[in-house]
Amino acid sequence: MNKPETISQSTAPDEPKLQLPTIKTMAAQAEGGLQGAAAPSVPSVIRNFLQAKSSGRMADGAFATVMVVCGLSIFAIVLLIVFVLVSNSRLSIHAFGWKFFATQTWDPVSGDFGALPFIYGTVVSSLLAVLMAVPLALAVSIFLLDICPKFLRGPISFLTELLAAIPSVVYGLWGVFVLVPIIRDQVGPLLEKYLGWTGLFVEPNFGVGMFTASVILAIMIFPVISSISRDVMRAVPVNQREAVLALGATRWEMLRIGVLRNARMGIVGSVILGLGRALGETIAVTMVIGNHPGIVKNLFAPGYTLASVIANEFTEATGDLYLSALIEIGLALFLVTIVVNAIARLLVWAVVRGNPGSAH
Amino acid sequence: MSALPVRSRYVASFVTLRRSVTNNLVTGVAIVSTALVLVPLVAILGYLLYKGASSLNLAFFTHVPVPVGDPGGGMANAIVGSAAILGLASLLGIPLGIGAGVYLAEYARGTWMGAAVRFTADVLNGVPSIVMGLAAYSLIVAKQQHFSGLAGGVALAIMMVPTVARTTEEMLATVPNPIREAALGLGIPKWRTVLSVSLRTASPGIITGCMLAFARVAGETAPLLFTAFGNQFWSFDLNQPIAALPLQIYVYALSPYDEWHRLAWAGALVLIVMIMASVTLVRIFANRGALKGGH
Amino acid sequence: MGVDIRVENLNAWYGPVHTLHDVNLHIPANHATALIGPSGCGKSTFVRCLNRMHETNPAARAEGKVLMGELDIYKDATPVEIRRRVGMVFQRPNPFPTMSIYDNVASGLKLNGFRKKRVLDEVVERSLRQAALWDEVKDDLKKKSGASISGGQQQRLCIARALAVDPEVLLMDEPASALDPVSTAKIEDLIFKLKSQYTIVIVTHNMQQAARVAENTGFFLMGKLVEFAATTKIFTNPSDKRTEDYITGRFG
Repeated sequence: MNKPETISQSTAPDEPKLQLPTIKTMAAQAEGGLQGAAAPSVPSVIRNFLQAKSSGRMADGAFATVMVVCGLSIFAIVLLIVFVLVSNSRLSIHAFGWKFFATQTWDPVSGDFGALPFIYGTVVSSLLAVLMAVPLALAVSIFLLDICPKFLRGPISFLTELLAAIPSVVYGLWGVFVLVPIIRDQVGPLLEKYLGWTGLFVEPNFGVGMFTASVILAIMIFPVISSISRDVMRAVPVNQREAVLALGATRWEMLRIGVLRNARMGIVGSVILGLGRALGETIAVTMVIGNHPGIVKNLFAPGYTLASVIANEFTEATGDLYLSALIEIGLALFLVTIVVNAIARLLVWAVVRGNPGSAH
Repeated sequence: MSALPVRSRYVASFVTLRRSVTNNLVTGVAIVSTALVLVPLVAILGYLLYKGASSLNLAFFTHVPVPVGDPGGGMANAIVGSAAILGLASLLGIPLGIGAGVYLAEYARGTWMGAAVRFTADVLNGVPSIVMGLAAYSLIVAKQQHFSGLAGGVALAIMMVPTVARTTEEMLATVPNPIREAALGLGIPKWRTVLSVSLRTASPGIITGCMLAFARVAGETAPLLFTAFGNQFWSFDLNQPIAALPLQIYVYALSPYDEWHRLAWAGALVLIVMIMASVTLVRIFANRGALKGGH
Repeated sequence: MGVDIRVENLNAWYGPVHTLHDVNLHIPANHATALIGPSGCGKSTFVRCLNRMHETNPAARAEGKVLMGELDIYKDATPVEIRRRVGMVFQRPNPFPTMSIYDNVASGLKLNGFRKKRVLDEVVERSLRQAALWDEVKDDLKKKSGASISGGQQQRLCIARALAVDPEVLLMDEPASALDPVSTAKIEDLIFKLKSQYTIVIVTHNMQQAARVAENTGFFLMGKLVEFAATTKIFTNPSDKRTEDYITGRFG
């Protein structure tokens, strides 16, 4: 213990049976600090250094505090959003109360505001979009999960995911210059001819309107539904599928009984997530829906949604009541999407968490 | 089968037939649907490439917008403005998100509080971007009485936080616990273990997650409408209205002028290429310097 | 040089489960001490209490007195300070996958802020030589990841990593259980060479291994230290009936 550090040679244990590897002369020898494979003398440079080093308790505490603050900031963000939206829409909340969500007038000139047409537009366009996207998304999920040859699986799922990476404004641009003319000139007349009797597709059809918005939305929410429902289906344990196959089931029966039935809650969750996305989608819808408030059955007629009225009118809104009404619409949109997403997340978690270890 | 009476055998084969027809039908539907879905995708990308490439020229990258009627002009200011807003958003959102992810994975695993934060992050992820714009407007623009790039950056940063937090958490969860124990066992303090061992081991995944969050907000228009607001001229001041590529595309697309439509297409192509390029670049960069056999 | 370890009335809990009951023993310095016993008997928990790794799990708790030389590790020091003096080798090799072989060995120093490159170079070579790994990896020190070498080499790398901080005590929690027989023999060889310089505590469920490497052996059963004596005595003439049953293979 009391040997000076420099005489390290003598501290190497000299038991005869200890076969140390033959050591080439190391640079270390000149230093005298460390010799070959023997343990260094005590106390060594290293031991001195480590013992002098603080235990880092303060740093640990500070770091942990910062991380906790970051984590809790997520609560803070949500609370802050609620707070500023409520406080900035106070004027409108006081002026109209609950009636705001039940009346149809939207008259900035006389300062009379009701959000019903926007709620109608949002709900109808989103539901239509979900109706169009869900069967396709599920079919694609099943295709990728079970039918698709391996070499195609990667590229196709990459392509469908690419759809999710295209910015909303680019969908809008494409919608305005490509989809609108197609719906006006090709799809519209067909729908009118065969489904006009329902009253849902009545000319005049300018191409912009509720139906076009729904189509764009359907394309946009497709990747969400597809990728999450695929995750959920994959989370079903393989033995469930094998059990069904072992009974002599065809592929479809295996999917229906072994996969879809087990994953149904999660699939519903993925659909609701898609719905949540559609409810809040703004720019692409604003560009093709026509932006005219009204509650009409005709899907060729222009419409308006909660999100698009904010996008379209906010910067031009004059008067505090007008602004406040628009912010109240934002608040409503926020609360609705929070609830919808919470439900969807719970459903997805129920499936994926319920089968731990089986995912992927 | 041979033991069955003739009638049963007939029924059995009929059922088998029906089952196999259903099976083939479903398979067919799935294949056709997939093809159907790929049509708009290819249509959008193809048309974008065609329109965008034919409208692009050097002036697009070097000039600011010109008044209606004048030929030429570009979106140089919007590209720079977007970069400034996104830089600010990343600077605010990524550290906060990574911190929240570290909290979830390293400090709150299995706790009630952690579950609540995780759930809130997931729900926040689904909040429409226009609402983030409204919040940033109410928080900053309404107080300052003028539009600003700062407000736009904050709106985008808020959108990045939950995505970054959740990917960071998921990536940290893939780091095996024995590796953490190895570091702790060497007398390395926890903060250092988290930074130099856990985060470093998970870094490729975390970087990818950050890039996805970046790509997601890079194309956002709605939160910038009444925060960054847009600007026809050069401006680098984040405390003033500033131009952004998606905003400029939006405005030009809805204008009645062909020349502006052309610029909108070019802008859309540039926007997508820039998003994809930044994602790819960072991935390559992150993979470089990796050790043999590491991951 | 190693120090001796004196354990007095050590108790440990994992959540509501009482996993260690009043353990008392004295582990002599610069010798190898083996801890044997059936799965779940508390032997792993016990070694994890010796460097306060046990408490890294929020649900776990330990009480009692552990003296390492003069130092009461539960009273006079923080976990970080203790772990800097006590090296630990785990059941499965756990090198840092993102670090090179060199950085793995140097990690205990580098991540604690040690910057002298010259000394680091020496320490890395010395530790790798001590772990009998130097000749196999010296050409790829900074090129290869610590996770790219074979399992047996990884475990020796982990031993080198633990030795690099110049510990007084080396804890090994079933260090060879995940390895093939050849690698196991190498690890045992190492323990044999190292034990004159460090106080080694090795947990094992392999009784032959205990007999081969350790001077003293403790037998754990259901969270209690049943018997602690010289290895030869434990294996030839145990004083407790339960020890005898275990080593003769009547249970466990």
